[in-house]
Amino acid sequence: MSLESVFGVGQSALVAQTYRLNVIAENLANAEVAAATPEGAYKGQYPVFRSVLNEAGDSMAMGVRIDGTVEDQRPARSSYEPGNPLADEDGFVYMSNVNSVQEMASMMAASRSYQTNVEVMNTAKDLLMRTLTIGQQ
Amino acid sequence: MAWIDSSLSGQVVALQLKSERAELIAGNIANSDTPNYKARDIDFRAEFERRMSGELGGSLRTTSSMHMTPQGGNASHIEFKEDGAREDGNTVESEKEQASFTKNAIQYQVSLQFLNSKIRGLKLALKGE
Repeated sequence: MSLESVFGVGQSALVAQTYRLNVIAENLANAEVAAATPEGAYKGQYPVFRSVLNEAGDSMAMGVRIDGTVEDQRPARSSYEPGNPLADEDGFVYMSNVNSVQEMASMMAASRSYQTNVEVMNTAKDLLMRTLTIGQQ
Repeated sequence: MAWIDSSLSGQVVALQLKSERAELIAGNIANSDTPNYKARDIDFRAEFERRMSGELGGSLRTTSSMHMTPQGGNASHIEFKEDGAREDGNTVESEKEQASFTKNAIQYQVSLQFLNSKIRGLKLALKGE
């Protein structure tokens, strides 16, 4: 019965979106961390997803697998703070290259996507429950 | 009891096809953030006609989207959406998929309702009350 594999697909998407939210939280938490060198500054992370065939059976539907994260290659933000103990001889410290606004937008997208997948699974559950009562009464 | 089978088979095939379609659309929604994922759907009419014409063969499993499904295999009328790709090559339109999923769920319930009515009718005929 194919409707049951909707749960597998939906669940894989929930896991993927939770992972994405985790990465975003990490990026936001480290957005304002200063470092002494541009190389030492925190680099933003982005999750990469991949689609996989359901291992369970003969279905064509694709679940989501997490392929790991890639680093944001943009240069670190430099900030003039001569009083900072981490500052180099020119008085600069280096902040992460995380764009907070972009991360917030991505967070909204992740939570929307999570909600949608929960909704899909709920609908599949309703349909299955109705199917169970077929031919009764 | 072939006549019972034949009177129910249309709705059963439709129900099966709609549940497979629900699964495909759920996969599309789940992959709305996967790079290079192409949205897929079943050509309902073509697939329904194929199954009703009794071409149901054994089902072969494909492990890659590049594999071809043989005629008579499982759901061979699958369409991939190639146009309207985003920057990352993904062609899923989340809102459209949500709408199709809901529509498909309603159609599934319609089929269930028809099937239930048919079963009730058959029961009535068998009891003769």
